[in-house]
Amino acid sequence: MKLLAIETATESCSAALLDNNEIFSINEVAPRRHNEIILSMCEQVLAQGQTSLSQLDAIAFGRGPGAFTGVRLAASVTQGIALGQDLPVVPVSSLAALAQSAFESVQATQVLSCIDARMQEVYIGQYKFNVHKIMELVGEEKVTPPNMVNEEVNDKCYGVGSGWKTYARVLQETMGKKLSYDEELYPQAEHVAKLANVYFQQDNSVSAVEALPVYLRDNVAKKPKNKMVF
Amino acid sequence: MRVLGIESSCDETAVAIISDSDGLLANKLYSQIELHSPYGGVVPELASRDHIRKLGPLVKEALHDANLELAKDIDAIAYTSGPGLMGALMVGAGFARSLAWSINKPAISIHHMEAHLLAPLIESISPEFPYVALLVSGGHTLLVKIDAIGSYRILGESIDDAVGEAFDKTAQLLGLPYPGGPQIQQLAKHGNAKRFNFPRPMTDRPGLDFSFSGLKTHVLNTLKELQGNQQHSIDEQTRADVACAFEDAVVDTLRIKSVRALEQSNAETLVVAGGVGANKKLRQQLKEKLAKKGMEVFYPAPEFCTDNAAMVAQLGLLHLQNIAQGENPQGLQIKVRPRWSLESI
Repeated sequence: MKLLAIETATESCSAALLDNNEIFSINEVAPRRHNEIILSMCEQVLAQGQTSLSQLDAIAFGRGPGAFTGVRLAASVTQGIALGQDLPVVPVSSLAALAQSAFESVQATQVLSCIDARMQEVYIGQYKFNVHKIMELVGEEKVTPPNMVNEEVNDKCYGVGSGWKTYARVLQETMGKKLSYDEELYPQAEHVAKLANVYFQQDNSVSAVEALPVYLRDNVAKKPKNKMVF
Repeated sequence: MRVLGIESSCDETAVAIISDSDGLLANKLYSQIELHSPYGGVVPELASRDHIRKLGPLVKEALHDANLELAKDIDAIAYTSGPGLMGALMVGAGFARSLAWSINKPAISIHHMEAHLLAPLIESISPEFPYVALLVSGGHTLLVKIDAIGSYRILGESIDDAVGEAFDKTAQLLGLPYPGGPQIQQLAKHGNAKRFNFPRPMTDRPGLDFSFSGLKTHVLNTLKELQGNQQHSIDEQTRADVACAFEDAVVDTLRIKSVRALEQSNAETLVVAGGVGANKKLRQQLKEKLAKKGMEVFYPAPEFCTDNAAMVAQLGLLHLQNIAQGENPQGLQIKVRPRWSLESI
C-alpha cells in the first residue's frame, strides 16, 4: 500500500508518503504560503520513499474544515494529481487528523479537536480511539460559537487545536470541565495518511472529481437588502 | 501538439483543448450567472466554491469530446493565473499546476487579458496586426494597441466602474435582474431615444480613458427626479426611455473613443471582445461608423468573446513553442496574480 497525503487546512502545510508500515513526512507552519510549497513537499516525500507517482495506490487529503482557501487548495491539488494518474482519492476530516495527532503526541484516546474558525466561531469535533487504532468521530462535526459548545466529555478528554489557543477558558466554562489541552498541534499529512490507510482498506475512497472540500460554514454571502429600486 | 486550457478567473469555469494541427478539439464552459444573480453581482467565495465543483467534470467532458487521454495525448496545461479573483484563480492554478506535475508536462501561466486580446486568432479568418482591441466586460474597459504577440500598449481604460458594471448597477436601479446588459438592451428597444439625453463621459476632452460611475449617478438622479414629480412608481415607458438613453450614452462613448484610438495609433482594424461586445447597438454603430472611415471592425465568435478556455489553450499553444523540452517555467510553485498589468508581460 502506497499513499500520498496532503493537508493544508490550517497554518501548517504538510505532505506525507505512507509506504506500508513506513511514513515519510514533511511539514512547515507557513501561513499564506501553502500554494508555493505544497507540490515541492510532495516531490520531497516521494523522493524520500523512492516512490514515483505511478506507483501510488491512492491519494488522501485533509478535506477540512479549516481555512476556505486552504481546504480548496488541498482539494484542487488532489484532483489534479489524481486525474493525471487515474488514482482514487481518500478524503479525511482535518478535525480527525488533528485528533490523531493528539494520540501520536500524548497517547490521548479521547480528544476534542477544535480549530479557530474566525468570526467568533470554532470548528469542533469529538473523537475516540477505535479498534483500528485510529480516531473515530463521536456525534458530528460542527461550526459553532465557543460558548455554545455542548459536547459531553469526561475528564480524560484531551483538547487540541488552535481553538484552544483563543477560547480555552470559554470552552472549559461552557462544558464545565477543566480539560488538559495542547493548542500548538495542527492536523498534519502524516495523520491524514494513517486515517486514509484504514479508510481505503474499508473501501472508503472516491473518484478524483469527487475530492471536494467540507467547509461546515455555509452562510458565506448575504443577499442585498434595501437597494434603491425605482 | 495539444494544450489543455483552464479558465477560472471570475464566474465562468471553462476547459478547452486545442491542437496546433487540428484547431479547437473541445470547448466546455459552465457559467455561474444563476448562482450570483440573487446577490446582484459576483460573490467571490461562492465563485471559488463552484469552480472546485465544476472543474474536474469539465476536464473529463473535454477529454471525452476530443476522444483523448490526459497522460498520453496532452502536451501541456495552460491556465489563467491572473488578473482576477484571488480565490477563483487559486482553484484553477492549484488544479492545473498539479495536473501538469502529475502527467510530467509543462504548466503554462496565462494572462487573462492577453488571452482575450488574442482570442481572434483562434478562428480561421483573423485580423492582421496591428489592431486595436476594445475589451468591454463586467470587470474591464480597455483600449489596447496590439502590434504583435507579446507587444501591447494600453491606450485607455476606465478610471472607475467597468462598463459591464455600469450596466449591472443601472439595471439594479431599474429593478432588472443580474447581469444587466441583456436586460437593459431588451428594455431599451421600446424606449424613446429623444426623451432623455444623458452625458457621454470624458468625450469632450482629449484622451482615451473612460469613466462610467458618473453616468450611473446621472441615471439615479434622473429616476429620483421623475419619482418626485409622479409621487408613485415610475411607469414602464419611462423606464424604457431611461434604459434607452443610458444604452445610447454608453454606446456613443465607446464608439467615439474607439475611433479616436484607431486614428491616434494609425491602425485600421478594431477587435471588440468581452461580454458587452454582444450589445447589438454597439455592434451596429461601430460597423457603420468605421466603414465610413475605411476601417474595419472584427468580432470574435460570441463563445470566444466572453470568458472561455479556448483563448487560454490557444495562448498556451503559442507559449509552448518557446518552452524547451522538459522545462517547466513556473517551477513547482502554484502562483496566482490577482492584479497583473498587461504591459508588464
